[in-house]
Amino acid sequence: MATEILMPALSPTMEEGTLAKWLVKEGDVVKSGQIIAEIETDKATMEFEAVDEGTVGKLLVAEGTAGVKVNTPIAVLVEEGETVSDAPKAAAVTAAPAPVAAVAAAPVAAAAVAVVSRASPDWAEGTPMKTMTVREALREAMAEEMRGNANVFLMGEEVGEYQGAYKISQGLLDEFGPKRVIDTPITEIGFAGIGVGAAWGGLNPIVEFMTFNFAMQAIDHIINSAAKTNYMSGGQLGCPIVFRGPNGAAARVGAQHSQDYSAWYAAIPGLRVVIPYSASDAKGLLKQAIRDPNPVIFLENEILYGQSFEVPDVPDFTIPFGKARIWREGSDVTIVSFGIGMKHALEAADQLAKDGISAEVIDLRTLRPIDYDTVLASVMKTNRCVTVEEGFPVGSIGDHLASTIMQKAFDYLDAPVITCTGKDVPMPYAANLEKFALITAAEVVAAVKSVCYR
Amino acid sequence: MATKKAAEKSNVSKDELLKYYRDMLLIRRFEEKAGQLYGMGLIGGFCHLYIGQEAVVVGLEAATKEGDKRITSYRDHGHMLACGMEARGVMAELTGRAGGYSKGKGGSMHMFSKEKHFYGGHGIVAAQVPLGAGLAFSDWYKGNDNVTFTYFGDGAANQGQVYETYNMAELWGLPVIFVIENNQYAMGTSVKRATKSTTLYGRGTAYGIPGEQVDGMDVLAVKEAAEKAVAHCRAGKGPYILEMMTYRYRGHSMSDPAKYRTREEVEKIKSEKDCIEHVRDLLTQSGLASEEELKAIDKDIKEIVNDSAEFAKTSPEPDHSELWTDIYA
Repeated sequence: MATEILMPALSPTMEEGTLAKWLVKEGDVVKSGQIIAEIETDKATMEFEAVDEGTVGKLLVAEGTAGVKVNTPIAVLVEEGETVSDAPKAAAVTAAPAPVAAVAAAPVAAAAVAVVSRASPDWAEGTPMKTMTVREALREAMAEEMRGNANVFLMGEEVGEYQGAYKISQGLLDEFGPKRVIDTPITEIGFAGIGVGAAWGGLNPIVEFMTFNFAMQAIDHIINSAAKTNYMSGGQLGCPIVFRGPNGAAARVGAQHSQDYSAWYAAIPGLRVVIPYSASDAKGLLKQAIRDPNPVIFLENEILYGQSFEVPDVPDFTIPFGKARIWREGSDVTIVSFGIGMKHALEAADQLAKDGISAEVIDLRTLRPIDYDTVLASVMKTNRCVTVEEGFPVGSIGDHLASTIMQKAFDYLDAPVITCTGKDVPMPYAANLEKFALITAAEVVAAVKSVCYR
Repeated sequence: MATKKAAEKSNVSKDELLKYYRDMLLIRRFEEKAGQLYGMGLIGGFCHLYIGQEAVVVGLEAATKEGDKRITSYRDHGHMLACGMEARGVMAELTGRAGGYSKGKGGSMHMFSKEKHFYGGHGIVAAQVPLGAGLAFSDWYKGNDNVTFTYFGDGAANQGQVYETYNMAELWGLPVIFVIENNQYAMGTSVKRATKSTTLYGRGTAYGIPGEQVDGMDVLAVKEAAEKAVAHCRAGKGPYILEMMTYRYRGHSMSDPAKYRTREEVEKIKSEKDCIEHVRDLLTQSGLASEEELKAIDKDIKEIVNDSAEFAKTSPEPDHSELWTDIYA
């Protein structure tokens, strides 16, 4: 019986990939465990092994094809005496071949469509733009700042020779060398403390946590050492350091690897807390973070790394902290979100528009400081507000915004503020339960309809 | 405790001995005054006195040069005075006044002086260890030959982050001297009740870091060991560990009755090992200094300490507006 070989999922968040190279040709006999192809995910180029034995009857996807969805048949294996026609019918995928790069420096496959803001952004009309992923934007921000300031260095687990666990730092070791792109042992509290000391010593460290889940090991240095010392020293000892890495749920990685820390860090005076959604914000805010004289928590999101957006193609693009971005203007309700919550907020706004509800969508972008003025002005206009975030409900950013709106704009409200959050449970592993645990656009739509009494 | 008596052997000058005498006495009298002000309610919260351990920091400071950095725990008054910070500013911080090093916002455990390269003053046990290695990292990165003195106690020596730091400091060859001030007690827990591995400097061996145990009650022995460690670091050979065998005469903090040790144990150390008496004996028995000279120093120190106490009492409390300043740089 002929068997189909399917495009494999090679990371928790992989939905599609590039078939970079076939290592077998039609007619070759393959053994189980033999490497038959190189497949490029958004994070790395992986070798793909055959599971079954047989003869390669047909290669269904051409070498170099990008955007091959997980589970698409990519080849057919036949047994002795069989032909390809014995295989279950599979549509051959034909796409324009993309250039295949060297294994270690593979370019990241850009998502097909860039998400574009409809409201006025942070650059003048007519500014030249380029499309890039969040991942590329973060990398470019670090590289530019490292070129401009010799005291900026990157330290963390697998940031150098491995090229970054999520490929954010890809190529930086080659450009800046091992003194400025420093691989650490797995020792979060240790290297977080060393980073803070180095900042006091006059350097500008970027400390990458492989994920912010591991930063709980280091949180004493983030809060007690980095955030509080300027105050405790009467202003003598600022700490210009950036702690960055992916935050929040990825996909199916379970409770210990799926937590949104936004509200935790946003609670701490002395920290700056940044949580970009788009690539332009990732770039402009990370550059700003590296220049800021204070400790900055920079919360990224693994699912957003591969998403593409328009980014201004100008030499020195930064975005100030404390300035929210209105992604779409609206008149019926204000939806406030940040980070990956924006994905659900914008999706919800699209659906609501079809139902005749005009939603204004605000991306806070920084949680310390928070741009209260933009939120309040919008709520005073729409008289309704829904907040959207992935984190736990108790003590959420939404709770804080609801309280602020109640205190400052109570008379403008036509309905109670609804806070959409992740569910009050540790993240389950099962696919269906994980979906239930996370915030969805459908829940945002329902909340908006509720505050609009529709 | 005593491992060697460098003093008698070393060819030490009168001026040098007088300086040690003076610096150690300043710390002792300052701390006694702080204890007194605490009793009067002028100093609040936690207050950890350095009395008994003075030779450690004074001996180590003797091996420093401009640009060297130091960082320690919450038992930090002695370190600040030894590196040249003003007694007035330290005492006024203890009383929570505007004239304190942190404008009254740090307190006993949190003082800093960028000018004197003193980086605190840290209240979380052992947190200063990676922080100190980070300061050393900054010098390593810039390529100068400064070193960082990272002080911690025998209690902190059981924290995991110490060993994470040892590992990276040796891996990268950071110019950091880990000074373990082994005063025998982590609050009320003796070293022996906390570990079977009581030779604390020896734990560096696992990471390839050389080290040694030093009689921390003998300022000359401390200085000699410090010079060796400093030379090692300045030469780019990486970190070094000095385990200073010392003793604190007072409780862990002002509220500690110290019931975990006998009065006899304390008295024995005071009468046989006191670091200040030791230098005083060296000066007088060798005829290097007269009683009058030493009395003049005593008087001078008393004046400095009294002046600092007066300043600390009369300096105003920080302005209400200070609540909201210095949160961000």
